[in-house]
Amino acid sequence: MKRGERITNSILEGGLKLSALLAIFLIFLIFIFIFKEALPIFTNPGVRSEVDLRDLFASSVWQPVSDHPRFSLLPLFLGTLKLSLIAILFATPLALGAAIFTAEFAPRALKETIKPGIEILAGIPSVVMGAFALLTLASVLQGIFGWTMRLNAVNAGIALGLAIVPTIYSVADDALRAVPGSFREAAYALGSRRNQAIFRVIIPVALPGIFAGFMLGLGRAIGETMIVLLASGNAAILSLDPALSTRSFSATIAAELGEVVFGSTHYAVLFFIGALLFVITFIINLIANLVVERFKVRLAGVA
Amino acid sequence: MKKYWLLIPIFTLVTAGAALAGKAITIKGSDTMVILNQRWAENYMNNHPGAVVQVTGGGSGVGISALINGTTEICASSRTMKDSEQKKLRERWNTLGVGIPVAKDGVTLFLNASNPVSELSLEQLKNIYTRKVKNWRELGGSDSPIILYGRESSSGTYVFFKDTVLLGADFAPETQTMPGTAAIVNAVSKDPNGIGYGGVAYASGVKHLKIRKTAGAAAYDPTQENVKSGVYPLSRDLFFYLRKTPSGDTKKFIDWILSPAGQEIVTKVGYFPVK
Repeated sequence: MKRGERITNSILEGGLKLSALLAIFLIFLIFIFIFKEALPIFTNPGVRSEVDLRDLFASSVWQPVSDHPRFSLLPLFLGTLKLSLIAILFATPLALGAAIFTAEFAPRALKETIKPGIEILAGIPSVVMGAFALLTLASVLQGIFGWTMRLNAVNAGIALGLAIVPTIYSVADDALRAVPGSFREAAYALGSRRNQAIFRVIIPVALPGIFAGFMLGLGRAIGETMIVLLASGNAAILSLDPALSTRSFSATIAAELGEVVFGSTHYAVLFFIGALLFVITFIINLIANLVVERFKVRLAGVA
Repeated sequence: MKKYWLLIPIFTLVTAGAALAGKAITIKGSDTMVILNQRWAENYMNNHPGAVVQVTGGGSGVGISALINGTTEICASSRTMKDSEQKKLRERWNTLGVGIPVAKDGVTLFLNASNPVSELSLEQLKNIYTRKVKNWRELGGSDSPIILYGRESSSGTYVFFKDTVLLGADFAPETQTMPGTAAIVNAVSKDPNGIGYGGVAYASGVKHLKIRKTAGAAAYDPTQENVKSGVYPLSRDLFFYLRKTPSGDTKKFIDWILSPAGQEIVTKVGYFPVK
């Protein structure tokens, strides 16, 4: 290697390393910032006199702007749970069915249409998806089911589900395609029919990858803000009923952080919610990544 | 009128680009006033080459926070400043701020066009929004549940409604909070049992209520005469707040807003002139 070339290479490598480290460092700073702003809940006596951990998890009303502010996270937690469950229940069968179809059954031309089609869905801004749910989807659903509340958890959950279909689909599709051809050949050699090979051999082998897609989709559903803000009605009702209006963690932060007084109890609670969301999605993504790693090792070991 | 809140970020981007070129007058705050501020800005910039006026929404509370933090020159607010906010302004800038009424508005109650109810008193409204009254039948309407729509706590209209109608009481937890008055109008226009509130300029596609101050009093529409004379019970001023008395380009802009040309735009947008 020439000397000049070597210098260019090391500069290039250094630059890439720097940007990788910088990205991690910035995320770490954000992490520190969120937790620092949430800390007064544990340390500041003034804040603690207005709200302690018991109030956050044991009471039932979220009413932060009031003569007697109340900061119960329970209705918000239930809301987030309801919304992500509905989103996942709606999105998983759709995405999985599409992935199995494009990976195993679809003729090439159809595959080349469906895959980009679903990926375009990922490019729709969530404001647009939310506005669609607010204006159109809500009326359609109310027409079918006759719910009293037009904006509710199902409406927002379905819009949220549409937004996470591409995430689940593309990971599941990759997982199915990554199953080595030798598996299929072995199945055929043992006398399997096509359906048997797909459902008894290929899908079980790809299952960890499919599960990872599911977890990534769940992570996005929990953190997604704009769709929920527009389509769920944002009433903090403590109920498991999916036909009622629902308020989520992320929408609460989006709606209230703009006005909140710097350093107040409300401010600290909102950051506490942010920290909570951070931890939840971090754990979910971590599980997804661990599963994917194991999947890769498993395939590499036998292929 | 339907999709204005989608235009806000676009408009912000465009004006932010323009702002980099010269010294811009920045207006931030009330979502109720966003359309009005934009019309003022567009017209002013057309008639005064070289002037740049940059408009953002977010809610009155957001605007006042920005005024206190020094990130906007003019704060648009649909409510007066609270004592706690004035205290912060004094601590930080050693001033009580300058409030200039720039237009008048009547907070309007929206109902779906199919709802037979046409007038309510302030007390009935309070009962509705605190869920003491849950069915339209109790108010002379059909036998169906009342569905509540409102704004988030960052909205000046939220605070005005809480102070003036609920007399400080809390909104019922069932109140659905919508991001912007346009979203409320849209939801109510599609919900036969819905009720919502917001600036009068947004009332398209829905019908508005006549409001009476007390049970026996006369009911008034939010029309120009009724709002200007103050007989409409939910009349209010819309303000510009500044840290100090305006001077230079900002003074020219505000003088223009208060001039007949500026106030004509107020009427066009659907609010009412101050004078």
